[in-house]
Amino acid sequence: MKRYRLQLMVCAGTGCVSNHSVEIKDALDREIEKHKLQNEAEVVFTGCNGFCGAGPIVVVQPDGVFYQLLKTADIPHLVEEHLLKGRPVKKLMYSPPAEKIPIPKMSDIPFFSDQTLIALRNRGMIDPEQIDDYIARGGYKGLVKALTMMTPDEVLKEIKSSGLRGRGGGGFPTGVKWESCKHAHGDIKHVICNADEGDPGAFMDRSIIEGDPHAVIEGMIIGAYAIEKVHQGYIYVRMEYPLAIKRFQIAIKQAREYGLLGENILDAGFTFDIDIRRGAGAFVCGESTALMASVEGKPGEPRAKYIHTVERGLWERPTCLNNVETWANVPQIILKGAQWFSSIGTGDVSADPWGGSKGTKVFSLAGKVNNTGLVEVPMGIPLRDIVFKIGGGIRDGKKFKAVQTGGPSGGFIPESLLDLPVDYEELTKVGSMMGSGGMVVTDEDNCMVDMARYFLAFTQAESCGKCTPCREGTKQMLDILDRISVGEGTEEDLVTLEDLSNVIVESSLCALGGSAPNPVLTTLKYFREEYEAHVKDKKCPSHTCRKLNTYSIDEKICLKLGHGCHVCVKHCPDAAIIGERKQVHYIDPAKCSKCGVCYDVCNFKAVQVA
Amino acid sequence: MAKLKIEDLDRIAEEARSKMTIREGAGKARITVHMGTCGIAAGARAIMSAFLDEIKAHNIKDVIITTSGCAGLCSREPMATVEFGNQAPVKYVDLTDEKARKIFKEHVLGGKFVMEYALSVGSERIR
Ligand SMILES: Cc1cc2nc3c(=O)[nH]c(=O)nc-3n(C[C@H](O)[C@H](O)[C@H](O)COP(=O)(O)O)c2cc1C
Ligand code: SF4
Ligand code: SF4
Ligand code: SF4
Repeated sequence: MKRYRLQLMVCAGTGCVSNHSVEIKDALDREIEKHKLQNEAEVVFTGCNGFCGAGPIVVVQPDGVFYQLLKTADIPHLVEEHLLKGRPVKKLMYSPPAEKIPIPKMSDIPFFSDQTLIALRNRGMIDPEQIDDYIARGGYKGLVKALTMMTPDEVLKEIKSSGLRGRGGGGFPTGVKWESCKHAHGDIKHVICNADEGDPGAFMDRSIIEGDPHAVIEGMIIGAYAIEKVHQGYIYVRMEYPLAIKRFQIAIKQAREYGLLGENILDAGFTFDIDIRRGAGAFVCGESTALMASVEGKPGEPRAKYIHTVERGLWERPTCLNNVETWANVPQIILKGAQWFSSIGTGDVSADPWGGSKGTKVFSLAGKVNNTGLVEVPMGIPLRDIVFKIGGGIRDGKKFKAVQTGGPSGGFIPESLLDLPVDYEELTKVGSMMGSGGMVVTDEDNCMVDMARYFLAFTQAESCGKCTPCREGTKQMLDILDRISVGEGTEEDLVTLEDLSNVIVESSLCALGGSAPNPVLTTLKYFREEYEAHVKDKKCPSHTCRKLNTYSIDEKICLKLGHGCHVCVKHCPDAAIIGERKQVHYIDPAKCSKCGVCYDVCNFKAVQVA
Repeated sequence: MAKLKIEDLDRIAEEARSKMTIREGAGKARITVHMGTCGIAAGARAIMSAFLDEIKAHNIKDVIITTSGCAGLCSREPMATVEFGNQAPVKYVDLTDEKARKIFKEHVLGGKFVMEYALSVGSERIR
């Protein structure tokens, strides 16, 4: 076995690969060989680091020096300076926004230092295609403990008292779900991993699979053992995740070869295997009953849940469905104990499984923050810390407006509630939800009517159409929002929006309809003045809804700075701009269709919106 | 690949431990070889090789070797700093291949520092 002094961890998540991290690894290997360092330094591919905005990323261990935004041209210098001469290269390191001084160590970068890793504990540490790497970090030890030292009932009890709750949306206590499945009648039962991840922009689950597929597999084996009579599990992965599917395939193959899947696992007398099913592509297929229908080869549509899937799910057999992140937490809970897990987070789950939120949650942080990417934080952390510490605050010094949590049907949370802790119940109380962990930050330039319209348009398009309130109701709501955004809304519309929302929430068959109105309801509640400006004054305060804007040209700027450059005239689709080259230009309001193109093309910011 | 027995998991973990020690940045001891231009000129690479050689020969998995730039004491290069457990770091100067190997055996493995080659105990902390 070789003894290296350096390990170069190259991020090979989907984000970094599309930013050419494969070429970076090749260049590193080449330069290392050129300097004859191949016996001292090893280059390793790892899963996503989460700091995707900074990719491609290379972390040099043991010192944890963090290099970002690398180009192949940087590599010869990096290898010569850092690996050969021992001088880390400052200009390739991360500098926080507004500061010029680079931070060499990964562990000192606030984006990383304020995170707590359980589900993502192996990120950047292992090669996800090497089962031995996973084992070296304590992998499959939880399974050994469960199989050799615990009865199925004891495993179940451990999960129950840990307070682990579903990370896929509903926040249902995992131990309670397992127990119902265990007690359900039937000789053949199943476990399923939900890796459908249909939320636009979300990539928590993809990242866990790509970076640490064995954690999910180990969790599923432990779950199957605890529930009993489970010998076949399924992983339902979106078709759009080819790398995740590949990593799962490799991991399952390796686990089978090691006898960690298949007959008589570790000679402990327990038999279980896993197969992969590819998702049908619709958002609603992530819903439990639709997903099971899809695995059976039927159209992926929800059904009424008067009989729970834990009693009659896949092929009418008792079935336990959990999310990727939920499964990935299981091995650590078994290994380190329920008490360790429940010491992190809020509330008390010893008597009531809904009594608190325990452990950590992975969020994909997007929108107007400086640091976007994937973060894992302890439950109970204030939203403010996620936005301002980990996220590094709002880009370009703009003002924070709201953060949406929980994916497309989550609610928007305003500044006044930013000290809210991340907790299932607290988020629900203010009209949002934990959901699967989407987090979108908006700033003063975002129009809340437009944001609500955007997300409703998504859920509306994804409605499967099986039940009327969701199919027709969301369509009506979207029509109203469209009207409001072009200045044709009335005050009555706001009342109708609220009424429709309440009906849809109450009477939809599945949670897609049941939560779709959240963005509208919360923006109506916390940003009502924006709606009123749209319907009463026919103005969009953030100038996002262009039809409500008036465009004019500042004569001084046009003449003095732009010298009447005439560019806007060429782009205006309606010949609404009048002016000779080198002269002042004007907009004829009668002809202007308010497309906003002139505002975008004027290099001198002479075009004003009001 | 054959089917694993429970003991095999520990064996695999043990074999990969040296890699993981480096990735986790958490070894029993840490050796820093100062590799500024001056250090390299004075033969720091040979010192590095000597340490790496010893690590391999003794099949050591929990010792980390890193490099740093010039320690600001160019006349006494090659230099190395050894940190053992929670003890204060010790700077060694004017190193040679043999001195490095002796330091490795006595300090890095044994936990006792080699007074005769040591320049100072403790170091300035930069933050
Ligand atoms: C429209 C819709 C889409 C969903 N999409 C997902 C998804 O992509 N991934 C997921 O894990 N759960 C999704 N869920 C939640 C699942 O129905 C189910 O609650 C979850 O997979 C259970 O696992 P958990 O208890 O571990 O969270 C969705 C639910 C609805 C209503
Ligand atoms: S609520 Fe919407 S998505 Fe769910 S079953 Fe009804 S129509 Fe389909
Ligand atoms: S592009 Fe701007 S500067 Fe040029 S003519 Fe139009 S308004 Fe004036
Ligand atoms: S907003 Fe559009 S239509 Fe109006 S003046 Fe500018 S480019 Fe022409």
